Parts: sequence; structure tokens; C-alpha cells
Amino acid sequence: MKILSRLYIALILFFLYAPVAVMIIFSFNSSSSVWVFEGFSTKWYEGLVYDTTMLTALEHTLIIAVLSALISTVLGTAAAVGILAIRKKVASSLVMSMTNIPMMNADIVTGISLMLLFIFIGNLFGLNESLGFITVLAAHITFNLPYVILSVMPKLRQTDANLVDAAMDLGCTPFKAFFKVILPSISTGIATGTIMAFTLSLDDFVISYFTCGKYQTLPIVIYNMTKKSVTPDTYALSTIIFFVVFALLIFYNMLQSKSEKQAAVRKVGAK
Amino acid sequence: MNKKSFGNQLLAAPHVVWSVIFIVVPLFIMLYFAFTNADGGFTLENVKQIGLYKKAFGISILYAAIATVITLLLAYPMAYFMTKVNISSQRMLMMIVMIPMWMNFLIRTYSWITILANTGLINTFLGKLGIEPLKLINTPGAVILGMVYDFIPYMILPIYSVMSKIDKSLLEASEDLGSNAFNKFRRVILPLSRPGIISGITMVFVPSVSTFYISQKLGGNKTMLVGDVIEYFFNAGPDYYNVASAISMVLMVMILVCMVIMNRFSDDDSEGVII
Repeated sequence: MKILSRLYIALILFFLYAPVAVMIIFSFNSSSSVWVFEGFSTKWYEGLVYDTTMLTALEHTLIIAVLSALISTVLGTAAAVGILAIRKKVASSLVMSMTNIPMMNADIVTGISLMLLFIFIGNLFGLNESLGFITVLAAHITFNLPYVILSVMPKLRQTDANLVDAAMDLGCTPFKAFFKVILPSISTGIATGTIMAFTLSLDDFVISYFTCGKYQTLPIVIYNMTKKSVTPDTYALSTIIFFVVFALLIFYNMLQSKSEKQAAVRKVGAK
Repeated sequence: MNKKSFGNQLLAAPHVVWSVIFIVVPLFIMLYFAFTNADGGFTLENVKQIGLYKKAFGISILYAAIATVITLLLAYPMAYFMTKVNISSQRMLMMIVMIPMWMNFLIRTYSWITILANTGLINTFLGKLGIEPLKLINTPGAVILGMVYDFIPYMILPIYSVMSKIDKSLLEASEDLGSNAFNKFRRVILPLSRPGIISGITMVFVPSVSTFYISQKLGGNKTMLVGDVIEYFFNAGPDYYNVASAISMVLMVMILVCMVIMNRFSDDDSEGVII
């Protein structure tokens, strides 16, 4: 049984990673084929340095990912505190269901509805080009928000409200109490939300596709490349992204296990 | 933390304003487009036209349903076996399952062309064995394979996370009460893992039924899914926004109905488990 279950896990992992392996192998192909491997070469990686379309797109992607992650973290953290403070159950559940819409809706519907909004606003102001940097940023913030709120909220619920009172009794202003007491205890939740928002933004294709106009992000450029025939440079770029995401996930994992250890230490200390 | 002061409530205000502008208003604009013509006059023409795309809707639902079932059948044993290895390996496995999820799905889908194409890796290999090349790419099977492959982590992870929280003493209790392995699975593990199955099914079905990239790349433009129809119309220019909005609306309502039904399922069953 044990051998069988291990074998099954191995088979599923093989299924998950076979295309990834194919991509990595062919990114080192010395010819421009993605069918036949003709020899080892790193020329596609070297070529990337001079590919201005790709580099600009990478720059766009990083700008959007960093900005949308930061803005949605600030908005989302404030919202999580606010939503938990709403006294009326109906009101808070209404806000939560509204928040969750982009998470539940199909990406294509979210993307199209946002595009229609931006075009509508653009027409209102008589703009020729209504889609661009601002619209893709707004779209990314919108789909990142629920993920930030959902990572911060459980941490907030675990935080003892009396701590804030205690801090204020000891002379903190409410503002200072938030930064001294609440923020440290929800910091892992915030970090989780930020990293999630960053990776989601980095990877998004469908919503960006409908909202970016000429401000093309990397997935859009990759999409345009796969429309024509693909050469190994797309695979080379994806391999790099793969390892960046890999590193981010390891970092995230370390962060989580650190917070778990801290929690364990606190528990032992309490005893 | 549940300090319920008025000042704190205000912190939700920017988010509420943002969500109204960028979530609620766009959906109403879509609704407006769906029921108007290019000049802005009220019409039911777009909604009537949806009938023409019955086939696309049918195929999308069929393929997404098949893909969801296959994904569930593959992912469930995987999630179960993952809970059987030691804790640090479980962490590792979870990461390994997650990584492809964060990778650009365009490329993950595209690599399958390298594997499945007429001159691709599988057929080259078969050719060396002297076997006739198989028609793998541009078939319904390839599209379904693409859906299964792209979304299987979304099925494994929720089922795994629910299963790993099942109280071991419940399993021991059922053994003490004379359950064999099959009954232990059917009466304890399966009902308790149902919430994970439900969220896995939604997380696989929704992106599958609305995809447009997978069908274009692996189905070779032969299979038009709803997503393809919508994308086609939006690229065709502003004149077609109305009909595309109508189709998107129907897609959204369809997904919503599916989710309500699914949630009904999970609520009833969790109550059943508690009783």
C-alpha cells in the first residue's frame, strides 16, 4: 500500500512537471525548434537581454505587480479592520459578498466588465485611448483586494481586543496603539496577502488582456508570441520566471514556518 | 480583535467605494450593454442572438464537466496519499503542487503542444518504436487534458487541506466500532472531506468553462468555447460589444447558478455530518 501510494504521488508529480521540464529543456535548444532538441546552448537567454519588447513588458509587469500589491495591501488591511468593526451583520456580509465577486466570477467576465467601464469613462472624457497603465493597475488592485482581506482577517480575529485598550490605558493614542499592538500581531497575514497579490498580478493574463490597451504586460507579450510560432526564447523567459516564483514561494514558506514557530514558542511560554 | 468603534468602521470606506466603482458599476454597465443596441436604444436582440451560440455553451459545459470529474478522480487519491506521509514531506509536497499553479498558464499550456503535436515528443517516440503517429493535438481530448492539467492544483490543495484536518481519533473510533477500510472511507473520510471537494470543483469548473486560451492552442480553433466566442466578439470591435456583453452575462448567471447549487450541497451535508 505504501509503495502504491508513493508511486501514485510520483505519477501525479510527473504529470504536473512534464511540461515544465519540456519547457526548461527546450529553452536550452541550440536551434530555433521547440520540437527537436539539437544541442545545448544558452543563446536564447543571452538574446533576451536585447529583446526590448520583452524587457519593456517585464518592466511593466513588475511595476504593476509592485504597485498593485502595495496599494491593495494598504486598502485591504484597512478594509479588514473596518469590516470587522461594522456592527450590523447585514452590512458587513454585504460588503464581504461584494468583495468576493472578483474571486468567484470568471476572469473573462471581470475583465470585460472592467474594460466596458474604462471605455465608458474614456468616452465621457472624450479620450481616444481609454486603456493603459492606470486601467490595468486599477484592474489588478480590484482582483487583488479580496485575497489581501481574506489573509488579514483571520489574524485580526485572533488578536485580543483588550490589548488595544491596555495600550490606550497606558497612554497610547488609538493611532499609535494600532501601529504598536495590532500591526505587529497581524504582520504575517499582511505579508501573506502582499505576496499573494504580487504573484497573482505577475501571473494574470485574462484580466490584463482586456484592460491593458497598449501597456502590455509580460503575459500579454507571451500570448502574442504564442499566436505566431514560438521560439525557445519564450521558454527561456518562462524558465527564468519559473525560478523567480520558485524562490518567492520558498521565501513565503520560510516566513510561514517562522510564524508557526513563534506561535509555538508563545504557547510554551504561556504554560 | 473586535473593537467595534465608529472610527474603525470608516477604515472600510475606501475599499467600499473602490469595490462599488470597480466591481458593481462595471457589472451594471455590462447589463446595460447587453440590453441595448449600438446606438444605445433598448433591445432584446442580443439576448435572442444567444440562441445561436447554444452549441458553444453546450460544449463548454460538457468539456468543463468532464475535465472537472477527471480532475477530481485524479486529485482525490493524491490528496489522500499526501496526508499519509510525514509532516515535513507534506509541506514539501504542497509546495511542489503549488509551484506550477504560479507559473504562467499560457506557457504551461503551450508546452503541451511540444509534447502532443504530430511531430511532437510522444509521436517521435512512437515513431522510433515503429508505431504510426497518433492524432493527439487539435482534438477534444487535448482541450480537456489542458483543462485538467492547468487546474488540477486547485483541486488537490483544498481537498488536502480539509483532509489533513480530519481528527485522527474519529478514524480510530470508526475502527474500534468495527469499520473495515472501505466503510471507514465511505462513512468518515469522504463526508468530512466534502467541503474540500466542493471548493475544488468550483475552482476547476469556473476557469474551465470560461477559458479561451486552452481551446485555441490545443483544440486548434476547431472547438469554439463560450470564452472563444466572447473573446472573438470583443476583438471584432465596439459594434459587437453588446452581443458579447449579453453572452458574458449569461455565462456569469450560469456560473452563479452552479455555485448556488454547489453551496446548497455543502451546507446540507455539513449539517448532516454534525447531526
